[in-house]
Amino acid sequence: MTDTACVPALDLRALRKSFGAFEALKGIDMHVAPGELVFVIGPSGSGKSTMLRCCNRLEEPDSGEILLEGDPVTGRGVNLNRVRQRMGMVFQSFNLYPHLTARWNVTLALRKVRGLSRSQANDRAMDALDSVGLADKAGNYPSELSGGQQQRVAIARALALDPSVMLFDEPTSALDPELVGDVLDVMQHLKVQGMTMLVVSHEMRFAREAADRVIFMDEGRIVEQGPPEQVFGAPTQDRTKAFLARVARE
Amino acid sequence: MNQWDRFLDTFFNVPVLVQYTPAILQGMWVTVVLSVLIVIFGVAFGGALAMARSYGIRPLSALIVIYADVFRALPPLVVIMIVFFGLPNAGIVLSSFLVLFLVLGLVLAAFAEEIFWAGITSIDRGQWEAARSSGLGFSQALVWVVVPQAARLAIPPLTNRAIAITKMTALGTVIGVPDILNQATTAQSFSGNASPLVLAALAYVALFLPLVILARWLESRFAWRKV
Repeated sequence: MTDTACVPALDLRALRKSFGAFEALKGIDMHVAPGELVFVIGPSGSGKSTMLRCCNRLEEPDSGEILLEGDPVTGRGVNLNRVRQRMGMVFQSFNLYPHLTARWNVTLALRKVRGLSRSQANDRAMDALDSVGLADKAGNYPSELSGGQQQRVAIARALALDPSVMLFDEPTSALDPELVGDVLDVMQHLKVQGMTMLVVSHEMRFAREAADRVIFMDEGRIVEQGPPEQVFGAPTQDRTKAFLARVARE
Repeated sequence: MNQWDRFLDTFFNVPVLVQYTPAILQGMWVTVVLSVLIVIFGVAFGGALAMARSYGIRPLSALIVIYADVFRALPPLVVIMIVFFGLPNAGIVLSSFLVLFLVLGLVLAAFAEEIFWAGITSIDRGQWEAARSSGLGFSQALVWVVVPQAARLAIPPLTNRAIAITKMTALGTVIGVPDILNQATTAQSFSGNASPLVLAALAYVALFLPLVILARWLESRFAWRKV
């Protein structure tokens, strides 16, 4: 067996994070295998977004360790800008650059971080936009795109850097219901292509269909995890049951 | 001579107008050159200060804030007088042109710093996060993502402020800069007639009215193009 087969794509160890007196993460141990789609669910305030944002240190963990394909993300001497290029991030509010066209949104990091030439970056950007079905919108500004299209451009922007892991922070929460499907289709497509994904989301149906594993978080801890049919179908923890019942009522 | 003729003779004396038009035109040239230099220096220096401030280095930020507040609080004429009449006592002699350029440039920079800073801080945190999460460093995120958006927000207030400051080149008259107003007052005392002052007013309107209209246009344009 090669090493990469047993090294997790993403490995969180004893991760803790507090905001003032509020303990958002009370020791998270979690790993994502290469090619795995892991869904994180839980009530708001459970720490799931904080956990995700700690992965690329948008939020600085107080203690604990993060490894990306075995390479340290936390600790001294880590080149954060380099390691971040290997983790694509997709935000709830898209966060596209409003002053740049869709294509320039994608090429910015390719040119400034990767140092690609304009034409190389353009080719990569067009490939990435094509993979989310928006090659024809390359010249449009974000304000000219629908929410679903903006989020797909944001996914293309992250994909273009050819990351090892994609982090999704409630990618469909800001979308009108009829636009959610397009974004989920893109994520499903990524899954088929073998992309490693860690997703914080409330899209339970999608989780049930597409996720390899579902993690339920509450009050800064992982309460329960397993294949979706187990977590959704036969949860063992009372808190998981209560949460699923509450979500089902909505 | 009736009242009306006296009025016309005082303010619109044609021979005087004709005689001193070349002098006023020279003054216009001085005013234009000064204004352009002040705007270039003020906007560039103010923008640089705002960017420096965004690094959050405490002592540096404090210095920038003190500078911006002091120069926004002081009447420019006071600073001009202190520098022009005071510095020679300390052995530093600067030309009146240079003094006016420096003082008004620094005043505009102080305002520009505050305007750019307001723009930078108003950019959504998500923009920084998107940029940083793709591997851009702080400076790269600042230059390529934040400042372009901040500058866009800054353009309308900056245009208004630039007009307000460049109009103050008329203060140069006090220290002998041969600008429009200085040429006009000189002409007035030689001719004993107020017509050159009317000519000066016309010159200012010709220079600044287009800019005021431009400012209005920018304001309306950026109001609805806001993203």
